[in-house]
Amino acid sequence: MKTIILRTASNYLLPVLLLFSIFILLRGHYLPGGGFVGGLIAAIAFVLHSFANGLKNTKSLLRFHPGFLMPTGLALSFFSGLSPMIFAGDPFMTGLWYHGHVPVLGSIGSAMFFDMGVYLVVVGVTLTIIFTISEAP
Amino acid sequence: MMQQLIIYPLLFQLFLSIVLMFFWNKISAQKVISITGSAIAVILSAYVFYYVWENGMQKVNAGNWDAPFGIVFVADTLSVTLVLLTSLSGLAVSIFSAASVIKDRLRFGYFPIFHFLLLGLTGAFLTGDLFNLYVWFEIIIISSFVLITIGGEKAQLEGAVKYFTLNILASTIFLTAIAVLYGLTGSLNMADLAGKVAAVENRGLVEVAAILFLIGFGTKASIFPLYFWLPASYHTPPAAVSAIFGGLLTKLGVYALIRVFTLIFVGDVFLGEILLVLAILTIFSGGVGALVQNNVRKVFSYLIICHIGYMIAGLGMFTEIAITGVIFYLIHDIMVKTNLFMVSGLIFKIKSSNSMRALGGFYANYPKLSLLIFIPLFSLVGIPPLSGFWPKISLIGEGFKTENYWTVAAIIFASFITLIIIAKLWAEVFWKDPKEIPEKPKFEYFSDISKARKTQFILPIVFLSLISLYIGFGAEHIQLLSSRIANELMNSQQYIDTVLNNS
Repeated sequence: MKTIILRTASNYLLPVLLLFSIFILLRGHYLPGGGFVGGLIAAIAFVLHSFANGLKNTKSLLRFHPGFLMPTGLALSFFSGLSPMIFAGDPFMTGLWYHGHVPVLGSIGSAMFFDMGVYLVVVGVTLTIIFTISEAP
Repeated sequence: MMQQLIIYPLLFQLFLSIVLMFFWNKISAQKVISITGSAIAVILSAYVFYYVWENGMQKVNAGNWDAPFGIVFVADTLSVTLVLLTSLSGLAVSIFSAASVIKDRLRFGYFPIFHFLLLGLTGAFLTGDLFNLYVWFEIIIISSFVLITIGGEKAQLEGAVKYFTLNILASTIFLTAIAVLYGLTGSLNMADLAGKVAAVENRGLVEVAAILFLIGFGTKASIFPLYFWLPASYHTPPAAVSAIFGGLLTKLGVYALIRVFTLIFVGDVFLGEILLVLAILTIFSGGVGALVQNNVRKVFSYLIICHIGYMIAGLGMFTEIAITGVIFYLIHDIMVKTNLFMVSGLIFKIKSSNSMRALGGFYANYPKLSLLIFIPLFSLVGIPPLSGFWPKISLIGEGFKTENYWTVAAIIFASFITLIIIAKLWAEVFWKDPKEIPEKPKFEYFSDISKARKTQFILPIVFLSLISLYIGFGAEHIQLLSSRIANELMNSQQYIDTVLNNS
């Protein structure tokens, strides 16, 4: 698989795919997309990079074990669900919204942070599974 | 903040598993967090129980969406009681796991998954939404599947395949039942369904949905023709895992049956008869199965099935006193079964065997420990005044009153056969002269381990035995609690009003 075409292409595809995954993540509130699909696309970006450059290079690119993303994402989602209880006294998971317009993002709410948590969990789980399988002798 | 009190035990378990995941490689830290966390969870659940006991049913609309459109969490007395029992067994098993589960298993996230399992159980007991109940069932299945396979021994994987296949099948049937019910009524909220199902004209299809629920939950509760996965799998994982499975997972099936058949499909004579027949067969097959087994843990597995029969019988009779008996038995059974599987783990640790024929001489070598183990064993039999005795009075009394003599006969038969089995176990394991069991070279025996770890082995057994003793000697309190729960279940209008009142 280590052809020069794929290796060169993957270097450019990695940032593009990551950017695309973030676009899909942010698009998800009203249109098709969201944390789950976005997370999968981000994971694919790293998997493609590891196909072209080998697992070792991808791991050094990531710098930390992808499994660490799982509790981080879960914690983010958990606290986004908890935030209405802390700040507004509303029940768990009630949507909290900032009512101004933010460029690029549109409007910001606790649902967005929940989705970001999902995104991180999906990236973490997918990469952990794929890295573990490809490492196995 | 106060009106959301009831979901705190749920959120706390989730918080605990997230924190534990951050300490993935630090096992000793995980042990400390899990045990202290479980202790805090007990305090939280006890407070929620007290609050609901004083102030009546509570509910929370998740996401602030009004019922019946959003997901509701409802805490009636039954739910909070079960949440409290879950956290109590959770604490005991957490301490026991820290001492008994080997490092190679703990390394693969045993404790986070364990708390995810407790999260699933707490959620399933608290939710007031049928589809949400399915989601909690899925969380429980996935975490239990990890717990049952962790370690990857051959026998373990074999048991896990049987466990997983039948449980996933049961979930599918449960999901189908939800789909049928949703197609008929257009609602998933249990309180809302109670009114809508009664108004459906197509009674045939309602009956079909009811039977599908019976099959789905029945498989999980291991009632008569659907129990084969249980004795095939419960003796394979570590004793700590069997303890939480044997204590709580089948009882979750019973809880779901109670909830669905007292709230949604009420007063169905046909179903009542089916439940009674199934109960008699369950009692019979569980009891006879336990009689012929030699492995201590397999004996306990079959006894789970046998005693599930009692609860199904009470549900089949469907009178307030019978339901009181069911709830009392449920409370007693969760504590005792959790304890017994831990006892089997302790026996294995001392002698490196669970075979009744090979074991022996416990009373001569460990007299104090034997007396401790006496408590859960004979609570199970129900020798008065120990805890298993009291619920049978309600069940047998109601059996005579509703003229279900076969059920009465089955219950008496089961008590008798349990007595025989436990007496045999006592004679074989505790009184008989021991046979020479060849010493395993790499096995870490109970006598070799440090005093602190020995305490960790025995403390949870003492803890649950004390609770069992309280259930037996303080039967008046538990009877009061059970009759209040039965009253709430039989007069479901109160539950429906609490859920659908959105002011």
